[in-house]
Amino acid sequence: MARNFGFAPIKGRVIDFDRNDKRVFEYVLEREPSFALCIGCGGCAATCSAANFTEFSLRKLNILIRRGENDEVRKIVDRCMLCGKCTLVCPRGVNTRNVVFLTREAFEEFDNYAI
Amino acid sequence: MHNKEKHIVIIGGGTAGCVAAGRLAREGYRISLIEKDKKPGGKINNWYQLFPDRRRSVEVTDYINKEIDHPLIDLMTGTELDKVKYKNGKFSISTGKSDLGQADAVLIATGFDLFDATRKEEYGYGIYDNVITSLDLENMFHSGDILTTKEEIPKRVGIVHCVGSRDEKVGNFHCSKVCCVTAVKQAIEIKEHIPDSEVFCFYMDMRMFGPYYEELYRESQEKWVVNYIRGKVSEVSENIEGRLVIKAEDTLLGKPIRMEVDMLVLMVGMQNAKAGLNLQDKFGIQTGVNGFFRIRDNHYGNNLSNVDGLFYAGTCTAPMNITDTISHARAAAVEITEYLSKN
Repeated sequence: MARNFGFAPIKGRVIDFDRNDKRVFEYVLEREPSFALCIGCGGCAATCSAANFTEFSLRKLNILIRRGENDEVRKIVDRCMLCGKCTLVCPRGVNTRNVVFLTREAFEEFDNYAI
Repeated sequence: MHNKEKHIVIIGGGTAGCVAAGRLAREGYRISLIEKDKKPGGKINNWYQLFPDRRRSVEVTDYINKEIDHPLIDLMTGTELDKVKYKNGKFSISTGKSDLGQADAVLIATGFDLFDATRKEEYGYGIYDNVITSLDLENMFHSGDILTTKEEIPKRVGIVHCVGSRDEKVGNFHCSKVCCVTAVKQAIEIKEHIPDSEVFCFYMDMRMFGPYYEELYRESQEKWVVNYIRGKVSEVSENIEGRLVIKAEDTLLGKPIRMEVDMLVLMVGMQNAKAGLNLQDKFGIQTGVNGFFRIRDNHYGNNLSNVDGLFYAGTCTAPMNITDTISHARAAAVEITEYLSKN
């Protein structure tokens, strides 16, 4: 039986790269190879309607997916309204809209598993 | 010397063409130097000061002019190549005005064009007042006045890196290499002209590849307090007061940033010159994915084309600074000398 000691272990903020689950990353990359081309310029986030009001940044989302920080990805991925402005801006031709779409799909796919 | 019997046609009288012409003339070759503009010197003629030491560009143009001051160099300005015939390793070349006769070797030194900033419509060049290019700013430095279209001194200036470079949307995948350090140089010059102005550079990566470039970057922070924001500008608009509003993401903070500026300078990148590309079919030469002429080997054949006797020098092969252009032109002279000694 769990007992409340008045304190709990704090989850570290270190990216535990080796333990993190990269299945979402692999799922997206396999279906949208342009995902690999991001250089983190932030053009997408600059033009993003969602980013003006919520803490949403497609640039950040891309990196979180790569690192397997899926808890955070799950928290923010629904904020995208799929307007596609970011796709118009991206200098590397990343199909950003599809990245968001596939990420959501990946979570659905893997929802029976603990990610 | 027997070299005098050999004739080399050099196309392009900018830095690369002139430096190679000087070297080859001093080797005793007869040179026809074709330049489409009214005077030689190329793009440097437009520049005010040069990075990294901010020397006056005229010092380098003086050097270039001395290079081509040689009796074996026939400089033809306002001239473009018209027809080419290639047979058994020899070229028969004529311009619109005259027949140059047979050439034993040809050097293409047609250089670069600056990216046409109107193609990045979201930056508003040619649409909003006070969106200018790095070249426009050099002209302002020449005139001594950095003023908005309302003839006011700008209090805040934004600089956008990578305009037409590293941008798939305009078909330019390559990095133009020199724009980052040009931005740093121009930021310092703006601060020098207008000490109480603020300057903000919006960059994707700061590429300080050359000697003393990093030092110049450091100086811009330490001595001139130039601000650097890591984020690509996504769009520019004009507000009711006529000030420019730029939007970017401050990627290092992870927040969108909006900022008003009085003037916005676009760091336009380099593309293979149209004048060079027009030669493609005439000589049967090829370009690489970056649009510049394809060299025979990336490491040890960077002056060689796919045609025997046809050589390249300078920025028609890749973006280069002036130092590298001069080195590349000298190397071309060595390659041509070696080729002609065998053929």
